[in-house]
Amino acid sequence: MAASVLFDQPGPATLRRHRLYTVVTVALVLVVGAWVVWKLNDAGQFESRIWNKLLAANVWREIRQGLTATLIAAAVAIVTAIITGLLLAVGRLSDHRWVSRPCLVFIEFFRAVPLLLLMLFLFSFIGAQFPELERNARAFLAVVVGLTLYNGSVLAEVFRAGIQAVPRGQSEAAYAIGLRKTQVMTMILLPQAVRFMLPAIISQCVVVLKDTSLGFIVTYDELLRSAKTIATYVGSSLMTYVVIAAIYIVLNSLLSALATVVEGSLGRRGKATAAAVEQVEEAAGLQ
Amino acid sequence: MKQAEGLTGAAKTLADAGKIKIGVKVDQPGIGYREPGADAPAGFDIEMGRIIAGRLGIDDDGIEWVETVSDNREPFLQNGTVDLVLASYSITDDRRKVVGQAGPYYETGQQLLIRKDSEGDITGPEDLASVKTCSVEGSTSLARVEDEYGASPVPFATYSECVEQLENKTVDAVTTDGAILLGYAAQNPDELVVVGDPFSTERYGVGYNKDAEGMCDFLNETLQASFDDGSWAETFAATLGKSDVETPGTPTLDPCP
Amino acid sequence: MTAFSENWHQILLGFGVTIEMVVVAGVLALVVGSLMAALRVSPIAIGRVIGSAYVRLVRNTPLLLIMLIFAFGLPELDIRPEVSLGSARLLSFNVFFIFATTALGLYTAAFVCEALRSGINAIPLGQAEAARSVGMTFGQTLREVILPQAFRAVIPPIASALIAMTKNTSVALGVGVTEATFVMKKLNNDYPTQLIAIFVGFALGYMVLVALISLVAGRLERKLRIA
Repeated sequence: MAASVLFDQPGPATLRRHRLYTVVTVALVLVVGAWVVWKLNDAGQFESRIWNKLLAANVWREIRQGLTATLIAAAVAIVTAIITGLLLAVGRLSDHRWVSRPCLVFIEFFRAVPLLLLMLFLFSFIGAQFPELERNARAFLAVVVGLTLYNGSVLAEVFRAGIQAVPRGQSEAAYAIGLRKTQVMTMILLPQAVRFMLPAIISQCVVVLKDTSLGFIVTYDELLRSAKTIATYVGSSLMTYVVIAAIYIVLNSLLSALATVVEGSLGRRGKATAAAVEQVEEAAGLQ
Repeated sequence: MKQAEGLTGAAKTLADAGKIKIGVKVDQPGIGYREPGADAPAGFDIEMGRIIAGRLGIDDDGIEWVETVSDNREPFLQNGTVDLVLASYSITDDRRKVVGQAGPYYETGQQLLIRKDSEGDITGPEDLASVKTCSVEGSTSLARVEDEYGASPVPFATYSECVEQLENKTVDAVTTDGAILLGYAAQNPDELVVVGDPFSTERYGVGYNKDAEGMCDFLNETLQASFDDGSWAETFAATLGKSDVETPGTPTLDPCP
Repeated sequence: MTAFSENWHQILLGFGVTIEMVVVAGVLALVVGSLMAALRVSPIAIGRVIGSAYVRLVRNTPLLLIMLIFAFGLPELDIRPEVSLGSARLLSFNVFFIFATTALGLYTAAFVCEALRSGINAIPLGQAEAARSVGMTFGQTLREVILPQAFRAVIPPIASALIAMTKNTSVALGVGVTEATFVMKKLNNDYPTQLIAIFVGFALGYMVLVALISLVAGRLERKLRIA
């Protein structure tokens, strides 16, 4: 951080002051940490009656079941969301207003609706349309369709930004050698745009993985529902949820690290690519 | 339990298929409760489900236990997600307009579950207007204390969440059928206690789809047989009876519509 | 449309709770987010570590899980806040409202922090160099030169974080808060033949809230441009 916008290379007096601040902060963190541990211990959160159960085999079987369901829903949803997003992005860039307009309305609607509201509607709606479906299958559909509609719409904007980030000369040259619109899109624009979009797509995976947890409310048996069952059984919600949070954090950190690696390798290809990647990521917004 | 001779209508269809989907609760100790990692739930409703399925000649392999929560039992029956519901499912006129309910196979009443430290302060539903109450969204229990006793209950999706909040002291009373509350009190007898006289009559019925022809007659015959041959009392003693209650007399079944 | 005509009072109450959550969680998110952003760009290494650890932990955890930790975990440590400003329903904030709203505010703070940081980093280097060359300290540079400029640049990303937060208020139904989405869930069960109308109606309700935030953000941005 030596070359920051905000401060000079610190001199000896400043360094001394910084060291003092550091010591004070570390002390403060230690005090708070100690207080938390004391408080937890006081509430019996470290007692073996809790941890023996929390570390037992049947509990981890339940966690494995829930985690599998979470990962399946996330994986299916991200694939369908990418397909939906591509179709919407291409439709949105169409020259025909009767194609681009509906796509725009679709994208804006599903980006604006709370995902949980959408899932609850889908759960009831799917139940009314397909009465033979079982509870968990129906909940799975509600989760995956909900995630697809929402993330498909978000990704559509990402893809559009990606396609538009390809230099104009590329499509002009393609048209000049006689390619048709579809060919320009599939052979010239998309293959190049994918590079810019990759980090944003991986970041979106984190969003999808987190949002599968809303399946808890529409009764899809994912990780958080397993956690609820376990919390009751173990007798400590706090410790159970902290363990489950750790699982989510590790999974999502791995995904984020992957995004950073991809971004880094793209960044080495030059400033223009890095700028395009950043521009595409902005299209996803802060979710 | 042997398969009954001469099944007809919907019961015969189920027996021929050798499969049945029963909607139950999985978070109610003593009634329907699934331990983490366990495949099948256990409890009074579950055992009654086994008795009915047994009558159809369907054993455990053919039964699929489908978890229901209070606000999705009618839709599940109507759209065929489940064939039957045994989920502490009170018989009401409103419900009988949209689904069938055979029984009752158990009679209980709405009571209060409180912490022992507030024993004496909270004695009946009249006290609920001034204390924090928890019940399940979409349940008759919640509607009753709201409409008749001026309570503004916190709505959660399941009773176990309510009981956890009661133990956490974020709410002071949980209200629903005594049977359900007794199950929780038995799990934590040092801290929790069921108080007050029942202020409603809840009669648990077996829910079925209205279009299922002859289903009510089949269910009533099966339930009556279990009352008569003692298997009902045995089932009660092995499940709900564990929470320190005497086995009550068998209820009288409503005639089929 | 009997679902709406028979329950308009309940629906308004639901959106009232939603708006309360937006206001309270929004203020909390802006305050904590600014604090974390200041830590993240500070010259002291430990501050940057704390800031980035906060963002990383919070962003990688599902919001519902954070709400569950608050609503079911904190009472186990004897923490049960409650605030009542009057007898009216919308004036008394029960423990679950407070837990859900705090969780939402702290969650959104991580996104506000990221928005602020990218805004600060977008300021041309020369601005800060000029400020320092006239002898300003880190705090002065931040307060007098960087933040006023960064503020305009960060309005769009902060507005987008607040819009996401507005939609996220719906998650609070999982911890016993009777906000708008809870009311919709109830109506779904009571009026199974009007599902689509109910959904579209509530979706429009949220869109109005989102549009309001966009409107305010747009106004603010224009105003700062003139100044």
